[in-house]
Amino acid sequence: MSSPSVLITGISGNLGRTFAKVLHRNERVIGLDRRPFPGLPKDLELHQLDIRKRKVEEIFRKGEIKALVHMAIIHDPRLPQAEHHSFNVLGTKAVLEYAAKYGVKKVVLLSSTNVYGPQPENDNFLTEESPLLGSQRFPEIRDLIEVDMYAQQYMWKHPEVETVIIRPVHIVGPNVKNAPSNYLRLKHPWMLAGFDPMIQLIHEEDLARAAVCALRPGTRGVYNIVGPGEVPLSTVLRELGRSPIPVPHLFARSILDKLWQYRMTGFPSPELDHIQFLCTVDGTRAERDLGFRASYTIKETIRSVLGEVPPRAHSPAGAT
Amino acid sequence: MTGLVLPAKKIFRELTAPARGARAEPFMAPSSRATVETQALTRYEPEKPKGLFGRLRGAMEKWTYKQGGPDLEARLARLVAPQNEYGVDPFGLDLEFAKAAIAPALWLYKSWFRVETHGIGNLPPGRVLLICNHSGQLPLDGMMIGVSLLVEAEPPRIARAMVEKWAPTLPFVAPFFARVGQVVGTPENCRRLLAAGETIMVFPEGTRGLNKTFDKSYQLQEFGLGFMRLALETNTPIVPVAVVGAEEQAPAFWDFKAAAKLLGFPALPITPTLIPIPLPVKYHLHFGAPMRFTGSADDDDQELDKKVREVKAQIQAMLNKGIEERKGIFF
Repeated sequence: MSSPSVLITGISGNLGRTFAKVLHRNERVIGLDRRPFPGLPKDLELHQLDIRKRKVEEIFRKGEIKALVHMAIIHDPRLPQAEHHSFNVLGTKAVLEYAAKYGVKKVVLLSSTNVYGPQPENDNFLTEESPLLGSQRFPEIRDLIEVDMYAQQYMWKHPEVETVIIRPVHIVGPNVKNAPSNYLRLKHPWMLAGFDPMIQLIHEEDLARAAVCALRPGTRGVYNIVGPGEVPLSTVLRELGRSPIPVPHLFARSILDKLWQYRMTGFPSPELDHIQFLCTVDGTRAERDLGFRASYTIKETIRSVLGEVPPRAHSPAGAT
Repeated sequence: MTGLVLPAKKIFRELTAPARGARAEPFMAPSSRATVETQALTRYEPEKPKGLFGRLRGAMEKWTYKQGGPDLEARLARLVAPQNEYGVDPFGLDLEFAKAAIAPALWLYKSWFRVETHGIGNLPPGRVLLICNHSGQLPLDGMMIGVSLLVEAEPPRIARAMVEKWAPTLPFVAPFFARVGQVVGTPENCRRLLAAGETIMVFPEGTRGLNKTFDKSYQLQEFGLGFMRLALETNTPIVPVAVVGAEEQAPAFWDFKAAAKLLGFPALPITPTLIPIPLPVKYHLHFGAPMRFTGSADDDDQELDKKVREVKAQIQAMLNKGIEERKGIFF
């Protein structure tokens, strides 16, 4: 055990791997995940364990851990609620409690702006103080809100731990496979006829940068993490060359429910709210306190779902 | 914090530094801030939409300029919105779209309602709250005030109406409102726009005023207090606006409340034409002198109500004067 290390839970996920690859160059990184990590860097220590297992405490007890980045939060709408609750809420609770017990100085928790939830009466730019109403129309994500709330409460209970909750907008990129990026990969994605809300996306690597900023000593609190800007949904789909299918919003939910029932879609119907109403947030606090600003442009961020790597070697001074 | 020395700065610097040659991995690829900034400075040339929609939009834009002449083209060119590389501002306003979309509104303004403005020079520079009476079953009064600010105010401005929370649930209406700069009327949205120096249009009566029956015409309904709190908090001047004429465009004799409830509408007014088709009345827009208020935004409702009543009395006086001065309902 040489220098103190950063523990990343959920490291084998698409996002976790992206983050680990950036962090392990400068930090000693310990990973915790029940899944294997293909292409594991040599200097990275992986514990293949479920975060709810007692043995997790061993990692905290033995390894000198100075910071915990908690990304082990599952959201698979096909999994039963009980499993979600157990893994996300109890798992979070366990690792955060260990962090406090073994003197970890920093905890960064990955939440998301989904906790606010898309609603017709939303402000155009929700701040960190906005109520977490995400489960009002989508009860299946209650556990995600509980995790966020638990971390907020933890902040008060353990003032000695610098806790940062980051709530990024829809994460997209060549590696991530979440609902928004899967939706954008469809050739004929649905749109709700007559609805075209503003959308915020963030590149997975920008998110990793934000997490690095959150690890900086002296920062604590809740932060919305936004990408380079907001554009209408139709613009995103046009940029990707998609041909959307307009579906009347009055029938869309029942059609999708049926498709879901017969396993013909991966999207539960409450996700439609995201393509109908606003769930856009204000990221100025993260810019001010964490010094984070997205570095990919809107176009690069959108096109990243195609797996394109933008040519960045020459500065595109005159490019549009 | 001792012992916790993460070289975050170093990592950050490295991440944001330009790549050295082609051997840079995708992750290390430079994503310099400079890139973002230089792009922001390059002038955005919007790509014209193609297809049927594109042609329609082109035709509409031509119609706008045909009605307004070269004068209008020059005026609209002076409008600036903080647009991104896709030509929209953070609230979803798309100037190019708006230029096409205002064509029918301009026709209503010039040919149908033959709008006459009075005192539009009263508008102070910078952020301002326009407090207006609301009438006529359809919110065309807001549309006409919006057009007047584009075609007659100096400098031309885009008025942002604080629209009903019902609007975002309406298909086609929701994105249309957003593209032409209209925003859901939450205090937070208003605060943000005022901070950016925008012109905000508020109808404190809301649907109470819009959908009142004809027996209450030109009687201001109950005003909300929210606008006054925001005016005090942000130290924004209030310009009272009286719209004369809209009241007669679609006189309603009955509000079919039960059916409205069933359909989820705020009201269902029944007019002689059954649905509210606007009659070719003559509109007069009266802009009053700016009113400035001082005091705490956190005062009791009672205190605020006093100030709100001042504004209300001013609008009522302007309405009464306007009705007296007009020659007829249709001319």
